[in-house]
Amino acid sequence: MRYNERELLSLARQPAEKAAEIRMSVPKKGSVLKKRLVKLVVNFLFYFRTDEAEPIGALLLEHCRITKEEENVFSISFIEEPERKYCFECATEEQCQEWVEALKRASYEFLRRSLIFYRNEIQKMTGKDPLEQYGISEEARFQLGTPRQ
Amino acid sequence: MKLNERSVAHYATCDSPADHAGFLRKRVERHHHHAHHHGTSYQRRWFVLKGNLLFYFEEWDSREPVGLVVLEGCTVELCEAAEEFAFAIRFDDAGARAYVLVADGQAAMEAWVKALSRASFDYMRLVVRELEKQLEEACKSLAACCKSPRRSSSSGRKRHLSNSSLLPVQEKPTTLENGYSTWGSGGCVPGGATCPDHDGGQTKPPPLPPRRRSAASSATGSPAPGLPPAMLESPVSPETIPFSKLHNWYGQEIAALRREWQERQKRGHP
Repeated sequence: MRYNERELLSLARQPAEKAAEIRMSVPKKGSVLKKRLVKLVVNFLFYFRTDEAEPIGALLLEHCRITKEEENVFSISFIEEPERKYCFECATEEQCQEWVEALKRASYEFLRRSLIFYRNEIQKMTGKDPLEQYGISEEARFQLGTPRQ
Repeated sequence: MKLNERSVAHYATCDSPADHAGFLRKRVERHHHHAHHHGTSYQRRWFVLKGNLLFYFEEWDSREPVGLVVLEGCTVELCEAAEEFAFAIRFDDAGARAYVLVADGQAAMEAWVKALSRASFDYMRLVVRELEKQLEEACKSLAACCKSPRRSSSSGRKRHLSNSSLLPVQEKPTTLENGYSTWGSGGCVPGGATCPDHDGGQTKPPPLPPRRRSAASSATGSPAPGLPPAMLESPVSPETIPFSKLHNWYGQEIAALRREWQERQKRGHP
């Protein structure tokens, strides 16, 4: 599958929502934990060798499961391959919790559900559709009752 | 740079909602590309927009995408290409190629341009934050005018206590408890924190809906004891109690009302 890698690399250089040096392993046989610079930008998680400017890899954070594992550790896996886990060992339990919370909210789909929820609540409370003022009330992405994934 | 391509391709083809989809002709980019050169060719592809990702497939029923355009940070503009209904996705990056796409007609082009220019994660986040604020404000003003048992000025409008707006438990945003957002400050109390039976009168129970009042007070009465809670007209705000407790509370009220009604029936119709 082709993709605009150049733009993705550019995205990796943007200010991050969250960034830290975390020990990380990939779901490959014999993979060990290695210190990486892990950077969350919109719905992508980039990971770098700590002294390099270009990321080794990127994870799109849609349809993924963030799991708190043992102490200081969380993992990311994807819906269609739940056994393949990217593991992250944080410095502290607190850091681990923060990353779990941040990553759970890092998907476009999460934002969409939040928007639909708020829109509906505001409408119930005020009788007005809050999206009308932006002229986007008819956009497909904001509709109630969109099929659940 | 590696990408979790298998998962990305899966996301492209699974049945999560697409924000837009349709056929577009995509200009083929060659190495030595000039703005005006002969022999431009286009390939017809099936495009699917999901969030900030634009996928394209060879056919609408292809099992996996041929390609992906990550849209974050792009601009979408109408194109001065030789083709009618052409538009371009461009990126800030100097030397970055543009994606020139051609729609079937004016309406299709406008729909795509509109959808693509609102596709970024940043934009979505902005809108969500704005709505979050608005909900907080709406809650505050509702709390302010909800001091008396009388309903607010929005009379005549049904407020359903249905929980269709509540998100499924496992997927809800983490800020929700019992379907209500927890706000840090302001007049709203987080769901679950107050409850008539625990609170010693500090919070008033939700006001009785008018229908029930008239049923209780009329002698002949034609009440509807079987009224489901969802049909009751009563303003509910996160300041009172969470939906599940409300549901129970009204449920008990209805049971009591029903007994009352049945007693009256017995007495009135020997």
